[in-house]
Amino acid sequence: MNKITINNSSYEIKRAKIIKSRKLTETEKLFEVSLFNGESLDHEPGQFIEASLFGAGEAPISIASSPTRRESFELCVRAVGKFTTAMHRLDAGDEVGIRGPFGKGFPVRTLFGKDLLMIAGGLGIAPLRSLINFVMDNRRDFGKVDILLGCKTPQNMLFGDEVEKWSKRMDVNFNCSVDRGSDEWAGNVGLITSLIPGVTLIPDRTFAVVVGPPVMYRFVIKELVLKNIPENQILVSLERHMKCGLGKCGHCQIHSIYCCQDGPVFPYDQIKDIKGAI
Amino acid sequence: MDYKILQKGNLDNFIRALSSNMKVVAPVKRGYDSYSFEEVKDSRDIALKYIPTILPPKKYFMPQHETLIEYDTTTGQKMQAVVEFEKMVLFGVHTCDIAGIQCLDIVFSDRPRDINYLIRRNEILIIGIECNVYCDSFANCAMMDTHMPSGGYDIMLTDMGDYFIADIHTQAGEDLIGVSGLFGEAEGRHHKELETLRSKKREIFINEVGIDRNELPGLFLRGFDAKVWNDIGNRCLACGNCTNVCPTCYCFDVDDIPNLDLKTGKRVRIWDSCQSEPFAKIAGGESFRKERSDRKRHRFNRKFKYPVDRNNHFFCTGCGRCSRTCMAKINLKETIRVLYQECNNPAGGQVPGSAGHE
Repeated sequence: MNKITINNSSYEIKRAKIIKSRKLTETEKLFEVSLFNGESLDHEPGQFIEASLFGAGEAPISIASSPTRRESFELCVRAVGKFTTAMHRLDAGDEVGIRGPFGKGFPVRTLFGKDLLMIAGGLGIAPLRSLINFVMDNRRDFGKVDILLGCKTPQNMLFGDEVEKWSKRMDVNFNCSVDRGSDEWAGNVGLITSLIPGVTLIPDRTFAVVVGPPVMYRFVIKELVLKNIPENQILVSLERHMKCGLGKCGHCQIHSIYCCQDGPVFPYDQIKDIKGAI
Repeated sequence: MDYKILQKGNLDNFIRALSSNMKVVAPVKRGYDSYSFEEVKDSRDIALKYIPTILPPKKYFMPQHETLIEYDTTTGQKMQAVVEFEKMVLFGVHTCDIAGIQCLDIVFSDRPRDINYLIRRNEILIIGIECNVYCDSFANCAMMDTHMPSGGYDIMLTDMGDYFIADIHTQAGEDLIGVSGLFGEAEGRHHKELETLRSKKREIFINEVGIDRNELPGLFLRGFDAKVWNDIGNRCLACGNCTNVCPTCYCFDVDDIPNLDLKTGKRVRIWDSCQSEPFAKIAGGESFRKERSDRKRHRFNRKFKYPVDRNNHFFCTGCGRCSRTCMAKINLKETIRVLYQECNNPAGGQVPGSAGHE
């Protein structure tokens, strides 16, 4: 058996440094990361990367920050498996490997000039935050902006400080709901679907962007269709196990679609007839 | 493209000539009705008549275990990407397995290209051997139209009794036989005998299921909720044998193997199977193909529908390995027949034109 070294492997990682880290909840930690040599990740909102720690492996992580911030990017990591648990042990100054960005993100050029209804459930706020902050940084390029947020309990709320800022902006309509309240919680209690009927919108010029756990989509999309938003203007980001990110390994496959290359963002009309996609 | 003749008495000399230059791999008998591709030095070790080997030649193109990266984390996440390859000639490959290699070529040359695969495949030469008759009753190569040589090889040998006729398809193939000096020119009578053999083959090899393969993508779409998936799902043991032996199953996992110092190690690619339950599981715990019936249906669709949608190419080569190896006796031809029956004639009755080959 011969062995040669190559410099154009798709499995090659880029070395990156953690600049800042912050625990958001019991299970989620936010990392600010920058590539070596000042290189920009140059991603689109909604894309993901493969994060790597040699010995612990790799995991697909959605990029939580807007590409308008070029010198670094953020990853919100929930500790659930071998890799993510190892990643949680890291802090500022530590190194991590990066492959990507991968996939088709939110079609921001299509969204320019349109009204946006952005809906996130649970950890779905992490990928959606890349779009929300992109919209905030280019606010005048978009029409009316509504943000709806849902999570299990007030303690599970991610990016609380930022959420508060969004809620106070005059150019954003913000609303959120928790499945189960607490004594200090003065906001809505109930599923995120309960917030949708209250949104005023002009269906033709509205794009709805939905990111959340698989179970959320069916119910939220039903409400959006009731609001007469055209199906090709409902964008969803599908979660699958993107093991290689290269459209090869098969783990993220939905029928003839490779979620990692063809997605993770899809217009609803493209996937609604694919059984098991949603 | 040229036809030449190799007298059977010269086969051993040809194998010796080849193996003096490079590794020669050929089908070798391993037990009753079981064969495997292994390195040979002597033509007497080669099984010229064999039923498809336990594992297809896929194992040389996409090894079960392959190093992608060597790493050293002593001072940071340092790594070097590597490719493992070996120059070899695969001797005696059936046309179904050549079709399988062509499927892998499609997958790994699709962007982003898989450099590891592409470098490795360029080092492998293929000398095929034509099947004059069926290997056994599990095959459905006529249905998939992979039973006649149609490219994908450097040389194709056809057994003509006391000699082989060699279809030299590439310059690399020409170079192989040129070095040996053992091949003679094919004359008119040789071509005539080959044409007679092919005519006879067309009588022997008849669509084994009796359904035009171009109907299959539509059939699989209509039959997505068919009962047959539950029936075979109930029998399936989720062992993954079918995916391991399939010449076109290429799904994999990537894993790290640290050395004892825990600083250095390698990142490897290993075969994985969509038939195992965790395969389509995500971090949140949700599994997108939880039931064995979901996973069996997925695998069948990945042979007869999804790759046709994507690349206009069937990913079943008709080799019959999945049916041959299945411990639960799930049979590919039977499954397609039952699916057809269920979708077209739920009341019962015969599949039209069934060749009744078994």
